Amino acid sequence: MTNHWIDIRNSDCILIMGSNAAENHPISFKWVTEAMKRGGKLISVDPRFTRTSSKADFYTALRSGTDIAFLGGMIKYILDNDKYFKEYVAEYTNAAFIVADDYDFNDGLFSGFDAEKRKYDKSKWGFVKDANGVSKRDRTLQDPRSVFQLIKKHYSRYDLDTVSAITGTPKEDLAKVYEMYSATGLQGKAGTIMYAMGWTQHTVGVQNIRTMAIIQLLLGNMGVAGGGVNALRGESNVQGSTDHCILFHIWPGYLKTPKASQPSLAAYNKKYTPKTNDPLSANWWGNYPKYSVSLLKSFFGDKGTKANDFGYNWLPKLEDGKSYSWLDLFDAMYRGEFTGFFAWGQNPAGSGANANKTRDGLAKLDWMVNVNMFDNETGSFWKGPGMDPKKIKTEVFFLPCANSMEKEGSITNSGRWMQWRYKAANPPAQAWPDGQILMKLGKTLKYLYKKDKNAVFPEPIVNLKWDYSTHGEFDPHKMAKEINGYFLKDITVKGKKFKKGDLVPSFAYLKADGSTSSGNWLYCNSYTNKGNMAARRSTVDKSGIGLYSNWSWCWPVNRRIIYNRASVDKQGNPWDKKHPVIQFKGKVENGKYVSKKWVGDVPDGGWYPMQNPDGTDRKDTKYPFIMKPEGHAHVFGPGRADGPFSEHYEPIECPVKEQPFSGQLTNPVAVTYSTNMDVYKSDDPKYPIVASTYRVCEHWQTGVMTRWQPWLLETEPQLFVEMSTQLAGSKGIKNGEMVVVESARGKVKAVAVVTIRFRPFDIQGKTVHQVGLPWHYGWVYPKDGGDSANLLTPSAGDPNTRIPETKAFMVNIRKA
Amino acid sequence: MSGKAFFIDTTVCTACRGCQIACKQWNQLPATKTYNWGSMQNPKDLSFDTYKLVRFQEHMGSNNKPVWYFFPDQCRHCVEPPCKEASEDDAPGGIIIDSQTGAVLYTDKLKKMKAADVIESCPFNIPKAQKGTGYMSKCNMCVDRVHNGLLPACVKTCPTGAMNFGDRDKMAALAKKGLAAAKSRFPKATLTGLEDLRVFYLLAAEPKKYYTYAKVDVLPGVMDRKMAMKKIGRSLKDLSKEWQIINKLAS
Repeated sequence: MTNHWIDIRNSDCILIMGSNAAENHPISFKWVTEAMKRGGKLISVDPRFTRTSSKADFYTALRSGTDIAFLGGMIKYILDNDKYFKEYVAEYTNAAFIVADDYDFNDGLFSGFDAEKRKYDKSKWGFVKDANGVSKRDRTLQDPRSVFQLIKKHYSRYDLDTVSAITGTPKEDLAKVYEMYSATGLQGKAGTIMYAMGWTQHTVGVQNIRTMAIIQLLLGNMGVAGGGVNALRGESNVQGSTDHCILFHIWPGYLKTPKASQPSLAAYNKKYTPKTNDPLSANWWGNYPKYSVSLLKSFFGDKGTKANDFGYNWLPKLEDGKSYSWLDLFDAMYRGEFTGFFAWGQNPAGSGANANKTRDGLAKLDWMVNVNMFDNETGSFWKGPGMDPKKIKTEVFFLPCANSMEKEGSITNSGRWMQWRYKAANPPAQAWPDGQILMKLGKTLKYLYKKDKNAVFPEPIVNLKWDYSTHGEFDPHKMAKEINGYFLKDITVKGKKFKKGDLVPSFAYLKADGSTSSGNWLYCNSYTNKGNMAARRSTVDKSGIGLYSNWSWCWPVNRRIIYNRASVDKQGNPWDKKHPVIQFKGKVENGKYVSKKWVGDVPDGGWYPMQNPDGTDRKDTKYPFIMKPEGHAHVFGPGRADGPFSEHYEPIECPVKEQPFSGQLTNPVAVTYSTNMDVYKSDDPKYPIVASTYRVCEHWQTGVMTRWQPWLLETEPQLFVEMSTQLAGSKGIKNGEMVVVESARGKVKAVAVVTIRFRPFDIQGKTVHQVGLPWHYGWVYPKDGGDSANLLTPSAGDPNTRIPETKAFMVNIRKA
Repeated sequence: MSGKAFFIDTTVCTACRGCQIACKQWNQLPATKTYNWGSMQNPKDLSFDTYKLVRFQEHMGSNNKPVWYFFPDQCRHCVEPPCKEASEDDAPGGIIIDSQTGAVLYTDKLKKMKAADVIESCPFNIPKAQKGTGYMSKCNMCVDRVHNGLLPACVKTCPTGAMNFGDRDKMAALAKKGLAAAKSRFPKATLTGLEDLRVFYLLAAEPKKYYTYAKVDVLPGVMDRKMAMKKIGRSLKDLSKEWQIINKLAS
């Protein structure tokens, strides 16, 4: 979330689309309800009428996989009807930038497409630069090659008729949503989006979010209270695990994983340290080497020296052009490319797309370690449906671990709040906290590598600092301090003296010369000489807008609403006088600011505002979007793999032969796989029904933690499939009876829930049905609960993130 | 009227069922074996082991879009509970009213009465018997918690403010305020229970659209004949007691 949970209450219009907050983020509805009590409106857009929809001021449905068409229509509406926030758009976004001639868009393809490699050359999407190398801008937004004019042209095709024909949403409903939401483009009004996997798990997942980000920028909703782009995370600590690099392509703090083509630290830092020639751009990533070197110092301590690139070459590198995401790993496992596997705190046999492929892949391993609280479909795959234990060679080890209540540590919530938790009870029997398992594993590996004279390339292991234990036990405080970072020698930084062993007060003090360490620069400021900031529990809110700045701690540097310098005008006055996030209160002499003072939230950089009260521009200021090299938010986003603007493409499996926006049916750079288990069927009479997977309030993820809980199981005991009364009628299916749901990859038995909450769609004049199933169940327990809905879903992924497309695929249904 | 009351605002209930689970947890009630029967509502009904149940009802709304009503069902803790009246002859002390809160509580002595009669006496279809033992149970207002300054478990766990609990007059005021606020969005919104119960529901539409027993008039006039006869019988008995006392005094 760019904002945070409590901030939802400040919203004038909440769009819940691509999530089902009432069911999957039930506590969020405390703040949604509060916003509505204060006069805010709630819009629910979902293929199925949900518990969220039941609370909405306005509800409408769209066919799964058509969100870009739906939102593209909103962009057109905002531009056609002058609903955008002109000053904000012209000054704070790149709408005024002039796009270079190389950029073009034709029949669903952007310029730079390599059909053979199915890849774009992103250098074709650049900006025109002036003599100083600064992007040219036309703040009047009239230049025909300005981003603003190009976006107008791009989305001009997204008219109500066309959007309605492909989404299945009635035209009057589209117009109603557009009108309600775009009313937040007025100064002082804020709209927010609450989305989750309903938007991300598509082959256009990133572009779904991009489309909404464009809308939020056009309406001036970024940085303000009650606004933002707000991802509701699917687990309590997903934000934390992402920040700390559980994904293959990043190091902690969103630093990049090095590639084979970057043989030295210098080459690596050069590649990822952006440059700007614009003196008014803070270009925060210009600090990259300070963060990367501090991270290496945290890993290797004294063993990392300037002479050995601080241990840079002890870390694994990615093959250029190769991906190591979830889908890729299980594809490689299925093809027998590796033999050992840790399934840690997860249940791939139920959670991953195309679960049959995953389960078969597990059978090709020599060994697997399953770290979990309960037995699950992964650890017991070898005795699962269709498996013959005698023929499976995989040796499975089960390590029981503590649950979150049985260990101390921090959890970072969706709102980026790092909240410290105490241990409530000891873990049972031999169950250990994950940290303890990791510590022991690391120590054992170090011992073995040291002992073995013939060990190959032992440096990465033996040189690890690995000193986060106290009396042999994993110490979460030591780990939290390591993440924050230390000064490694007596030093003066920015006029302040620090001693060796002091905790670094914030990332502004990190150095690229090896004199500081930080396990994650974004968290530098979380555990300082003043103490553990995440453990703070003040319920005082001085801001009046619910920032609660002394409750726990939030990255970066306790900034509760990021991009908040866009919440004020160029002179530092809040756009919204009732909900000021920050405000400039410096002294004024002769129409000029003469002293610096911001009040409210921690500002995105404490520079002077862009202008003096007399309207003169200042030279000692910076643009508000400090993480972008040019300081402006990206309406035109040239960094994505599939285009600088979003474009509607059908899901890899879809119910149509063609789509109205272009001749390009699906995302030209979407990720698909080619084993015998990867079958995709579109517009096939055998699989005519659109399906989606989702979750219910009462279960969590694959259900490993909830299916064993009798009270929760009592409320949702079995896999079900929801369908419209029309579809059920056409197949003679009665409510509550058992049916078989089948895709090109697998089938599951489920109880039919026949409901008016699903309705058939009219797609280009054809009736298209949609159904949906939760993915919480598995064969291990309960025996009559059904199996995973992911037996149906395809291994198809977004080209940017490679997240699987489990929210839109094709199935058929019959009576069991 | 003193004592405590619940105010249940269904217009903000999201049917997360936190209340249903919290009730089971605090009262340490076992889960019952259930199957998906084509509804999110599970278990199907209240039982000896289920004091609280969120009922789900879907309808097609006036604008041709669905509406989905959620009804957190529980004992209404009637100010003059018909079940207590019904049990006084056969099982004195079987049903008592907690003087501090007004909670209607079932005791082991209720076993002396036929379960069917207790069940029949309740206009809201709340009391449930244990198979084979004759013991009966229902929501007890978490009196153990309330006596110790805590909120009932269902109220404590509610994320949206649908479940409220406190002094009866304060809850009545909150309910009226809630109704006034809800009227603009739900012109047919209505409040139940203000006169004679300790559970007030704010409903967005006609009570019948939520659940058959969402709203039932308990006061005489609509009371069933059997109940009325019992009440008259008791009055006569009381009268005869009084006569005896007067006669004693006179002699």
